[in-house]
Amino acid sequence: MSEFFAQFAVPHPSTLIYIAMASIVLGSIALVAIVTYFKLWGYLWREWITTVDHKKIGIMYLITALVMLFRGGVDAVMMRLQLAVPENGFLDAQHYNEVFTTHGVVMILFMAMPFITFFFNFLVPLQIGARDVAFPRLNNLAFWLFFMGMGLFNISFIVGGSPDAGWTSYFPLADNEFSTSVGTNYYMLALQIAGLGTLMTGINFITTIFKMRAPGMTLFKMPMFTWSALIANLIIVFAFPVLTVALAMGTMDRLWDTKFFAIGDGGMDMLWANLFWVWGHPEVYILILPAFGIFSEVISTFARRNLYGYTSMVWSLIVISVFSFAVWTHHFFTMGQGAFTNSIFSITTMAIAIPTGVKIFNWLFTLYKGKIVITTPMLYAMHFIPLFTLGGVTGVMLAMSAADYQYHNTMFLVAHFHNVIIPGVVYAMLAGLTFYWPKMFGFMLNERLGKATVWVMSFGFVLSFIPMYITGLDGQARRMYTYSEASGFSTLNMVSFVGAGIMSISFLMLVWNIWYSFKNSPRDIGSDPWDARGLEWATHTPIPHYNFAITPDVTDSTSEAFWDAKKNGTKLFKGEIQDIHMPNNSGQTFILSIFFFIGGFALVFSMFTLAIISLIGILACMGYRSLEDDHGYHIHKEEVELIEKKYDKEGGAK
Amino acid sequence: MKVNMKGTLLSFMGLGAILLAGCNDKLAVLDPKGPQAQRQADDTMLLIYLMSGIVLTVLAILVFMLFKYRASKQSPDYEPPHIHGHWLVETFMIGIPVIIVIFLSFVSVKSNYIVENVPQEYEDQEPLVIYASSSNWKWHFSYPEQGIETVNYLYIPAGRAIEFKLYSYGPITSFWIPQLGGQKYAMADMVTTLHLAADNPGEFWGRNANFSGRGTAENIFDVTALTQTEFDEWVSDVHETAAPLTEEKFDELLEPGHLGKQTYTGTHLEFSPAPEHNHDESSEEEVEEDHSSH
Ligand code: HEM
Ligand SMILES: [Cu+2]
Repeated sequence: MSEFFAQFAVPHPSTLIYIAMASIVLGSIALVAIVTYFKLWGYLWREWITTVDHKKIGIMYLITALVMLFRGGVDAVMMRLQLAVPENGFLDAQHYNEVFTTHGVVMILFMAMPFITFFFNFLVPLQIGARDVAFPRLNNLAFWLFFMGMGLFNISFIVGGSPDAGWTSYFPLADNEFSTSVGTNYYMLALQIAGLGTLMTGINFITTIFKMRAPGMTLFKMPMFTWSALIANLIIVFAFPVLTVALAMGTMDRLWDTKFFAIGDGGMDMLWANLFWVWGHPEVYILILPAFGIFSEVISTFARRNLYGYTSMVWSLIVISVFSFAVWTHHFFTMGQGAFTNSIFSITTMAIAIPTGVKIFNWLFTLYKGKIVITTPMLYAMHFIPLFTLGGVTGVMLAMSAADYQYHNTMFLVAHFHNVIIPGVVYAMLAGLTFYWPKMFGFMLNERLGKATVWVMSFGFVLSFIPMYITGLDGQARRMYTYSEASGFSTLNMVSFVGAGIMSISFLMLVWNIWYSFKNSPRDIGSDPWDARGLEWATHTPIPHYNFAITPDVTDSTSEAFWDAKKNGTKLFKGEIQDIHMPNNSGQTFILSIFFFIGGFALVFSMFTLAIISLIGILACMGYRSLEDDHGYHIHKEEVELIEKKYDKEGGAK
Repeated sequence: MKVNMKGTLLSFMGLGAILLAGCNDKLAVLDPKGPQAQRQADDTMLLIYLMSGIVLTVLAILVFMLFKYRASKQSPDYEPPHIHGHWLVETFMIGIPVIIVIFLSFVSVKSNYIVENVPQEYEDQEPLVIYASSSNWKWHFSYPEQGIETVNYLYIPAGRAIEFKLYSYGPITSFWIPQLGGQKYAMADMVTTLHLAADNPGEFWGRNANFSGRGTAENIFDVTALTQTEFDEWVSDVHETAAPLTEEKFDELLEPGHLGKQTYTGTHLEFSPAPEHNHDESSEEEVEEDHSSH
C-alpha cells in the first residue's frame, strides 16, 4: 500500500517544490471556493466549458497561454538565476535539468501553441466572414484535449516528478535506464493527448478556410493572417502525425521495454532524433507563420497602407511551408552523416532565408509612402523587424554546417532560437493581443503603459540574450547547470540574469496594464477603434454570437474588404436578415477529455486496470455520440433584428 | 518618437561594442589552434561581417521609413496610395538574398569537405587513431597503436593529424575541443569519425557538449599537445609505470560517476570492441561487407 503511494512522491523534493505544492493546493482551494461562493459553476458550465462558440474557445486558449507564459517565465528566471554566478548552489543538477526541460516544453507546446490557436479561433472565422468553424463541437473537443494534456504535464511537477531529458527528449537518455522517474512518461503521454487536440484543430481550420469563406472571397483575396493560418494548419496536419507515432513508440519503450530507441536489441537512438525533428522543425514554422500573419495585419493597419507585395507574401508562405519539411537534419549536423548529406541540408536550410527575407522587405516597403502611427501593436512590430533579422542571420550562421560544429549545443544556439522566437512569436502574440483586445473585451489597453512595456521588454531581451552569443562562441555549452570561475563566463551570465529580470518586469507591466485598463479605460470605443482594414472589424463590439447578422459579400472588394467599404463605399452586407442556424453546446467533449486525462495519468504510472476503464469510457462517449441526433438550433429573424437594433441604438459601427 | 529612435540606434551600437570587445578577448572558437578550427573561425568571421551588413541594411531602411513616413510629419489629409509591388524592387528583394545564399552554399560545401577529412596540410602522414568513448560522465581515450588508455585527459602529438573514433557507453554525448575544431556526436550503436590536429604544442580543454544527464556539466577533459618526441617519451613512460587495464577494472570505470585522470596500459578495445559496423558514409566498403554477410 505504501509502495503504491510512494510512486506519486516527487523523487527530488526541495524547499522550492514544497512551496510550489503548497501554493498550488491553496490556489486551487481558493479558486473552487470563489466559484462556489459566487455560484458560478452553472455559468462556467453553460457559457464556457460546453461552448462551441469559436470566440469563447479562443479566449480559453488565450487564458491558458497567458498562465503558461508565467509558469515558463518563472522557470526561465530560475535558470538565469542559477547561472548568474559560477558554482551556484541555488539549483542542483537534477533540478536544473527538470527546469529547462519543463521550460522548453511549456513555452513551445503549452504557451506558444495555444496562443496561436487562440488567434486561429478568434480571428479566422471573422476574417473570412463566417459564423463559426466547420466543426464547432470538434473545436471544443480539441481545446479540452489540449487542456488535459497541458494539465497532465503540469502535475508532473508535484506528482511523481518532472521530465528531465530536455524538451527534445533524446533517447537513450530518455529511456528508463537513464531517466528513472516517471517524468518522461508524462512527457510522452501529455504531448500525445495535447497533440491529438492540435491535429483536430488543423483539420478543422483547413476545412473552415476552404469551405466557409464569404461569397466573393477567392483564395488570393484572403487576409494575410488567414493565409498564414491556412498554411500553418496544413503543416500541422502533415507534421503532427509524425509526433504521434514517435511518442507512441517512445511510450512503448518506457512502459514495455520495446527498445525502438533504446540501447541494444536493435534500438536506434537516431530514429527518435529523426522523427522528433521531422515534426519539430515544421513545428517552429507552425508558430512563426501565424506570427508573420499578425505582423502583416498590424503593419498595414498602422502604416495606413495596403500590404506591399501581397502575392509574393503568399508565395513565400507556401515556399517556406514546403521547405520546412526538408531541413530537419540541421538539428544534428554533428551526428556523423558525412559531408555530402550535411551539404544538402545546409543549402536547403539557407534557402529558407530567401522567402523569409522577402517578407522582411515586404514589411519594410509597406511603410513606404505610408502614414505611420506608432501604437503599441505597431511598436512591437517595429521592434520585431530588426531583432528578428538578427535572429534570422544567426540562423544562417548555424546553417553553415561546418561552422555549426562549433555552435551546436552551445549558448549561441540558445541565443539564436530565443532571438527568433521572442521577437517573432512572443512579440506577435502580444501585438495581436493588444490589437484585438478591444474586439474581445470592449475596451482598449492603456497605450502609454503598453509602449513602455515594449521598450522595457526589448531592453531586457537584448541584455538577456546577446551575451549568450558571446559566451557560446567562448565555449559555454547549453543545459549545463553550473560552470567554473576559471571559464570566464560569469560577467556575461550576470548581465544575462539582469536582462531576464528586466524582461520579467515587462511581463508584470503587461498584467498591470490589463488590470489598470479594465478599471479605467472608456467603454464607448465603437467597433473599429484602430481604423482597421479587415472584415473582423466590420461587426459589432462585443461581437454577437452569430458574428455577422448578414453574411458579408466581398465580390467587389480587395483583400481588405472593410477598408474598401469605409473608403470606397463598397457594400458589404447585401440582402435581408434571415434565420440563423447555430450549433448546440455540448458537455460530452469535456467528459471525453476527462477520460483521456485519467487514462493518461494511469499510463504514466502503469496502472493498466484504470487505463482500460478509461478506454472503455472513451469508447462509450464516442458510441453515444455516434447514435445521437443533434441538428443545432435557429436564431429567428426577429430575434436577430432585435439584437441588431440594440447595437445600432448604442452606436455600434457597421 | 525621436528619442525612441535614438534609443534603438544606441542599443544597437552598444550591442556592436559588446560584440567587438568580446572578439578582442579571443573567444575560444575565434582563437583556433588547429587547421579545422581555423577554417571554422574563418567562416565564422566571414559570416559575422556579412550578417552584420544585412542587419544594418534592414535597420537603416527601417529607420529611414520611420522618419520619412510617420504620420506626424504629414498633412492630415494625406492618403497613402495603394501600391501592389514593383517588378524591379521585387527582383532585387529576391535576387540579392539568392546571390548571398549561393555564395554561402559554395563556402559551406567546401568547408564540409575540409572538416570531414584529414586536414589538408597533414595529408602526408598516416593520422594517429584515438578511440574516444564516453560513459556516464567520463571520457575513455584508447590509443590502439600505442597500447595505452587514459581517462579524462588526452596527450596528442602536435603537427600530426588525429583521427578520433567516437562512441558511447550510454546516452548520446558530443566530443568537443573548441580550439581544435567543432564537435561530433558519440553514440552507443555506431562509431563516428572526427579529424582534428593541433598546429603547435599547447594546452586546451574539451568537454561533452551534449546533455547526457545529471553529470553533464562536469563531463570535461584536458588536452595537451606535445612535440612528437615528448609524446613518444610519454608513451614509454606509461608503459613503464601504468597498470594494465583489465576487464573488471574497465567495468568498474563504466559505473556512473566522475573520476579524476587515470592511465592504463592496454586498451578496452581488446575485450570490448567499438560498435564499428559503420553507418558512416566515410566507410562504404564496410557497409557493403555487412550486407553481403546477411
Ligand atoms: C522570458 C525570457 C526567457 C528566458 C530568460 C529564457 C531562458 C532560457 C534558458 C536559460 C534556457 C536554457 C538554456 C540551457 O541551459 O540549455 C532556455 C531554454 C529553452 N527556452 Fe527559453 N527563455 C525565455 C523565453 C522562452 C520562450 C518565450 C520560449 C518559446 C516560445 C522559450 C523556449 C525555450 C526552449 C525550447 C528551450 C530549450 C529547452 C531544452 O534545452 O530542453 N524560451 N531558455
Ligand atoms: Cu530546424
